Amino acid sequence: MQGWFFVIILVLTACALFYIGRSRAVATVGGDPTVLHSKPGFHGAFVMICGMVPAVLLFFTWLLFSRYLTSAYVTAQLGADFANLATIEQNALIRNMRSFADRTDLSALSQLEAEAVEHYRAFVGRAALILQIVIGVLVVAGGWFAMRAIHQELRARQFVEKTVMSVLIAASGVAILTTLGIVLSLIFESVNFFQKVNFLDFLFGTHWSPQSAFEGVGEEATDRNSEVFGAIPVFAGTLLITAIAILVAAPIGLMSAIYLSDYASPKVRATAKPIMEILAGIPTVVYGFFAALTVAPFFRNTGEAIGISVSSESALAAGLVMGIMIIPFVSSLSDDVINSVPQSLRDGSAGLGATKSETIRRVILPAALPGIVSALMLAISRAIGETMIVVMAAGLSANMTVNPLEAVTTVTVQIVTLLVGDQEFDSAKTLAAFALGLVLFCVTLLLNVIALRVIKKYREQYD
Amino acid sequence: MSVEANLAATAAKAPAANASKVKMSGNGVNVFYGEKQALFDVDLNIYENQVISLIGPSGCGKSTFLRCLNRMNDTIDVCKVTGKIVLDEDDIYDKNIDVVELRARVGMVFQKPNPFPKSIYENVAYGPRIHGMTRTKDELDDLVTSSLRRAGLWEEVKDRLDQPGTGLSGGQQQRLCIARAIATQPEVLLMDEPCSALDPIATAIIEELIDELRANFTIVIVTHSMQQAARVSQKTAFFHLGKLIEEGPTDQIFTNPINKKTQDYITGRIG
Repeated sequence: MQGWFFVIILVLTACALFYIGRSRAVATVGGDPTVLHSKPGFHGAFVMICGMVPAVLLFFTWLLFSRYLTSAYVTAQLGADFANLATIEQNALIRNMRSFADRTDLSALSQLEAEAVEHYRAFVGRAALILQIVIGVLVVAGGWFAMRAIHQELRARQFVEKTVMSVLIAASGVAILTTLGIVLSLIFESVNFFQKVNFLDFLFGTHWSPQSAFEGVGEEATDRNSEVFGAIPVFAGTLLITAIAILVAAPIGLMSAIYLSDYASPKVRATAKPIMEILAGIPTVVYGFFAALTVAPFFRNTGEAIGISVSSESALAAGLVMGIMIIPFVSSLSDDVINSVPQSLRDGSAGLGATKSETIRRVILPAALPGIVSALMLAISRAIGETMIVVMAAGLSANMTVNPLEAVTTVTVQIVTLLVGDQEFDSAKTLAAFALGLVLFCVTLLLNVIALRVIKKYREQYD
Repeated sequence: MSVEANLAATAAKAPAANASKVKMSGNGVNVFYGEKQALFDVDLNIYENQVISLIGPSGCGKSTFLRCLNRMNDTIDVCKVTGKIVLDEDDIYDKNIDVVELRARVGMVFQKPNPFPKSIYENVAYGPRIHGMTRTKDELDDLVTSSLRRAGLWEEVKDRLDQPGTGLSGGQQQRLCIARAIATQPEVLLMDEPCSALDPIATAIIEELIDELRANFTIVIVTHSMQQAARVSQKTAFFHLGKLIEEGPTDQIFTNPINKKTQDYITGRIG
């Protein structure tokens, strides 16, 4: 409740600062805003930014460090009693302290823990009060100095434009830093895993059965685990299913894109395109039902009828349904790219007596190639990362096979099964998930780089 | 009115100096874009191995008429053409006419240079390839070379035939498009304001080229520049608001027009 109250106050203050700055700017020039260098609104925004930005920055800094500061404070208060505990007990104490911080009944806690809760509450309460006071002072001081700075020639517009730019930079910074953070966390956990299992054995091993991993440490564990964590069957499964999906999605998606962009009347296009895009909106778990309950049995029955043994969970069923799922990615993006090839090229080709299909094959598709390749890349990334359909339709057994009628498993599915349920978080089994994730990340990254190179080399650039 | 009668009527109007053969003729051509009529009852003869300029203010229908001559208007869904257009003996809007073959016989050069994003060689070889005009690679090489020569581009590009056509300058691109059009060995060449995107020097080169090409092709050129029409063409036709107002030998149209509107246009009073 108090938090919301605080936010509302902040918003109101911001509005008030804006209004004050505006009026002040108009007042300084005797009520004639035309003689101001910047329009009054910019002066208002100037005062608001000076008042609010330092305060908000301080607030976020506090959010970042408060966890660390509270633990440090409580640790210091408890002194030797705390220092004598084992690391695991220390961690448990801090955890309990946080979860009991807003409960009245502390009877479940030990005396030391109850003491920690008391210290914690006192510190948090005092910190919140100090924080609010400091923020209030910052707002008032910032606003005051900005107000004093307002005069006719103040470059308020330039100041506001620069602030807008910093906000935009910060926004893209967040995206980049998040990516970096994810990659780093993957790398750290994977390094832990590779201390337990040999890197090369993992990458080139042909046997994958993490359930029989040896829990423990030492030479024996490393030897045993290097045998059961061979990632090739898992990656082979991913490759097989992705290949099937692309074989389905690329021709169908590309041909429907060509139809929509060059053959369909505007009316058909206006109806057909949204319908195709609905495919992209179906939750993947629904595709999973479809694959497991309709497509897979269909293949099995057909196989029985003509005397071929088809596993009831097959790579073919999963790949096919996954292909259907990514059709809209291919078709919608390719359609946009094909449409953006200039009409003058179509006219030029038609003017030489080329038919529609010749024009598309010889002029439009080469010119649209970079966009089509990137549409396919996006579709492949989707297919590689897809989990649900595979869990439901392709099974969990890590077979090393290129036969699409057998059950296979994929990297993402294995990551899920390794991490689901009660697991110790530092065993080789759970850490293997991070290693798989890291390799998967590298593979998709490599694919993207290769695709970019290919595009650069073979693109036929118009204009 | 039959084609022959129309031909005779025009021939009677034209002095004996223009007694060459009629290559194409439009007879009562009307064009509609949906509800809107863009051309009204146009009769026009185009003579073999001559250059005819279509002039007139913007929106007068000159480009529309040009695009009727190789049925480029077919690509616009709402466009409807009535009347008769004849190439040699064939009605080009007849059901039995193959548009692909027609466009091979009636080539076109567009307002903005539009080379394909392929190599210079591939640009010129495009037409011959799709029409299967050559038997061997050597024949195709010869055809590409001679087309580039006739378009006056050979000397400038002979060392870089494998470079993209889009990398050439605007004037070179337009000559590449002309080479591309004449590589299919058309009988008639349509040019839709071929110099409007070019600088004066490139324009002069193209105009010179048009004059040379006249020996082998019949040329129809749409232009906004009356000087250009006067420089390159033997015949001129003046369009206004979708109607053909006046046609005749170029020097007559520019020095002694019969119609008041033509006079107003060439002296700059309308347009």
